Amino acid sequence: MADLRTEFAGIKSPNPFWLASGPPTDKEYNVVRAFKAGWGGVVWKTVGETIFNTTSRYHANAHNGSRIAGFTNIELISDRPLEVNLRELKAVKRDWPGRAVVLSLMVPCEEPYWEDILKKVENSEADGIEINLGCPHGMSERGMGAAVGQVPEYVEMVTRWAKAHTRMPVIVKLTPNITDILAPARAAIEGRADAVSLINTVASIIGVDLDTMSPLPEVNGKGSHGGYCGPAVKPVALRMVGDIAREFGPEQAISGIGGISTWRDAAEHMAMGAGTVQVCTAAMHQGFKIVEDMIDGLSNWMDEKGYRTIGDFRGRAVPNYVSWEKLDLNYEIVARIDQDACIQCGLCHVACEDTAHQAISARRTNGSRRYEVIDAECVGCNLCMLVCPVENCVTMERVENGKGYMPWTDDPRNPMNKEAAE
Amino acid sequence: MGAGPDIAAGRREAAEYAEAFGELKPPLGRSSALVEASRCYFCYDAPCIEACPTGIDIPSFIRKIETGNVKGAALDILEPNIFGGACARVCPVETLCEQACVREAQEGKPVAIGLLQRYATDRFLETGAQPFARAASSGKRVAVIGAGPAGLSAAHRLSRLGHDVTVFEARDKPGGLNEYGIAAYKVPNDFAQREAAFILGLGGIEIEYGKALGKEISLTRLRQDFGAVFIGVGQAAVRALDAEGHGLTGIEPAVDFIERLRQAGDVSALPVGRRIIVIGGGNTAVDIAVQTKRLGAEDVTIVYRRGPDAMSATGHEQDLAQTDGVRIRHWAQPKRFAGEAGRVSAVEFERTEPGAGGRAQGTGETYTLDADMVFTAIGQVLLADPLADGAAESLTVEGGCIAVDGDMATSLPGVYAGGDCVAGQDLTVQAVEDGKRAALAMDKYLRS
Ligand SMILES: Cc1cc2nc3c(=O)[nH]c(=O)nc-3n(C[C@H](O)[C@H](O)[C@H](O)COP(=O)(O)OP(=O)(O)OC[C@H]3O[C@@H](n4cnc5c(N)ncnc54)[C@H](O)[C@@H]3O)c2cc1C
Ligand SMILES: Cc1cc2nc3c(=O)[nH]c(=O)nc-3n(C[C@H](O)[C@H](O)[C@H](O)COP(=O)(O)O)c2cc1C
Ligand code: SF4
Repeated sequence: MADLRTEFAGIKSPNPFWLASGPPTDKEYNVVRAFKAGWGGVVWKTVGETIFNTTSRYHANAHNGSRIAGFTNIELISDRPLEVNLRELKAVKRDWPGRAVVLSLMVPCEEPYWEDILKKVENSEADGIEINLGCPHGMSERGMGAAVGQVPEYVEMVTRWAKAHTRMPVIVKLTPNITDILAPARAAIEGRADAVSLINTVASIIGVDLDTMSPLPEVNGKGSHGGYCGPAVKPVALRMVGDIAREFGPEQAISGIGGISTWRDAAEHMAMGAGTVQVCTAAMHQGFKIVEDMIDGLSNWMDEKGYRTIGDFRGRAVPNYVSWEKLDLNYEIVARIDQDACIQCGLCHVACEDTAHQAISARRTNGSRRYEVIDAECVGCNLCMLVCPVENCVTMERVENGKGYMPWTDDPRNPMNKEAAE
Repeated sequence: MGAGPDIAAGRREAAEYAEAFGELKPPLGRSSALVEASRCYFCYDAPCIEACPTGIDIPSFIRKIETGNVKGAALDILEPNIFGGACARVCPVETLCEQACVREAQEGKPVAIGLLQRYATDRFLETGAQPFARAASSGKRVAVIGAGPAGLSAAHRLSRLGHDVTVFEARDKPGGLNEYGIAAYKVPNDFAQREAAFILGLGGIEIEYGKALGKEISLTRLRQDFGAVFIGVGQAAVRALDAEGHGLTGIEPAVDFIERLRQAGDVSALPVGRRIIVIGGGNTAVDIAVQTKRLGAEDVTIVYRRGPDAMSATGHEQDLAQTDGVRIRHWAQPKRFAGEAGRVSAVEFERTEPGAGGRAQGTGETYTLDADMVFTAIGQVLLADPLADGAAESLTVEGGCIAVDGDMATSLPGVYAGGDCVAGQDLTVQAVEDGKRAALAMDKYLRS
């Protein structure tokens, strides 16, 4: 049996599956249910100033039978008093000492606020704090959340204040609503953050009601932008986690968040460098029980691969995450169609014919349809394989051309190389 | 007439048999399994779990299929139901889990739970891995009588719990009706034996074949030699018809013919009549009708004394009979078997009508159907004689079943029973649950 125990920025948990700060971690009742279900840790719903929420708060994008492919919310931080949250957190930690309980905080961008709240939470018995610099809606308009997270100087400053006023490990939660994630990540690290976590939600408008002409979710005829999350944002998250892991190396503690619904999603985050992962939308969709398969599935997969601990595979994909100019331009693949498996839907042909390289011929012989790859035209882009509805019908095959590794940086066709040669 | 009955082997082209007795429902491939799995809503307090007699956490195993965690999925199934592979093939899911699926209520098309269960268990059993381990030895010895689903389920759980198990089986193979009774197209090839080998692969279970209770062994003796005894002998006797002429050759209990069919290496060599009459209205009647039709019988008729709603064969089974071209005649009962030279040649039926309490009552009006073979499928019953061996204390039998309480304990201390020999629905899955439940109670008994 694989060993799933993790130690992250000094915080121990029996498995790497934490619930992200949000509705699932809003109060003792939920958190106790989560721990009973098997979650390794939680980041308690963000606390800070008093706020009030709208009703109608969420909306979802359905896609191809999945009710929640993407999810959005316009909720703010905890709407319950700080004292109540702290009392409950303390009770939970007393009853579940082996699980990780991290408290998420957000206050205005001035040191006395941070000093004050950190003093109040110092005796909460939380294992650490997470600074929420990511919330893209509501709080950012008040100069908090993403409004801070988008300015690296502020990120560094707030991190320093936090480190100065608490003995607990400090995790800085980053916003993806920025051009280069490395800037705020570097700022947090310079500010001596013990770890970073990402991503928070993506600023977005999930849709428009064409009858009322209101953005969604609609609050009495109007909508504001919300924070997008769920399966749809995993690609954004993986890239940002990978960027940080590549830049700051394996020593950097990263908690991966964004679009994690299964052990596979989690393993991918970890392969890209995350030491723990956090989940919000998937739990909101199907309840806490999903963690059973996360634990069991990850453990079975690790056994199969011979990984004993999370450390054995964490970051394994990072060395293979390279910039484009390091990819091998001599690597060649072409599409192959398994004629026995083909159901004659013609999607590969029309995709290639209309939008790619006219490399799949369409013929009718005696009334029957036949689609064939024209090798000389195929550029190996994968499009036909992706559109084919039959598993393993279109596959991409390696063409042995006898040529060795040649990235763009070494390519004689690269004008930069010509200049250098001259 | 006068030519005698038309009974012959090889009525069909050689190649047709393989298809007729091959898999009824083809297994799911990987992509269709994933598509089907994605239809599951992962319900909270899922109704399907409650509808499964063994309480398999169905949404959990389906989710694990979807995430590629096939081992986890298989264990979700095999932990509560060690016969998860057989059940995936033989359970009447349309009256169990799939009937309860919320998608059935929503759109009349339940998630294909049975096929998904088969997908997970097949893939896992193929690996040859042995997922269960025995607990530290308890030093106790337990006897199990009968190596059918009930007996092997009890034996497996008892061995896991650390007890040493000896199984006494009258026949020379394990599996019970999985091996001898269930329709060939539900468990083709040697699946029943492969599954039994997987179950016995745990260790700690010894089987003594050719040891029948009431002959080579007695309950009194087993109670002396073992810490506890589980009885899973099924229903070894068939209910008899007493209409005139019932002793003619060519009239046979359906289960006997099915057993020959299941044990025949080459079904094309099995002689079958041209005209077949089946008397009964349950799944066994459908099984014999469909299988004789598939062997090449030309004309197969099921005659049942009550109406379609009273048939215990599920709607799904009745549909199967009809698509296979079996005729079902309702409201008639056999009055007299006619014969030539000691062999049955026709059956005279009396029409019936609904009488008091939904029972059938004769109308006096009759009709006659010609037949080369007649099969009775009017139910199996417990063979109670071997249970009473002259000892002072004897087992309480009620309504043709061994009486048990909620823990499957019989009237004799330390003796438990389950499966078809106790009251309840006669299904493989119920036998498995009975065996498991008894084992858990026996464990407590042995340790108290
Ligand atoms: C024709 C037919 C078709 C069926 N089809 C289905 C189906 O499709 N789906 C379904 O769920 N169920 C089906 N069933 C019912 C199912 O097979 C039984 O419910 C199930 O096998 C019961 O398990 P068991 O262990 O109690 O008994 P059995 O399977 O009958 O096993 C009893 C075992 O005990 C042995 N034994 C008997 N007497 C003695 C003795 N005196 N001493 C020692 N050993 C003894 C027998 O040899 C046998 O191995 C069918 C039954 C029949 C008859
Ligand atoms: C309704 C809702 C409320 C949230 N509230 C908070 C919050 O208070 N603090 C915070 O740091 N993140 C909050 N988040 C963001 C999540 O913690 C998480 O970063 C994001 O949803 C991406 O993960 P996911 O794809 O698993 O949902 C919230 C998300 C949702 C959907
Ligand atoms: S989930 Fe439904 S019932 Fe519960 S608070 Fe939201 S809208 Fe109300």
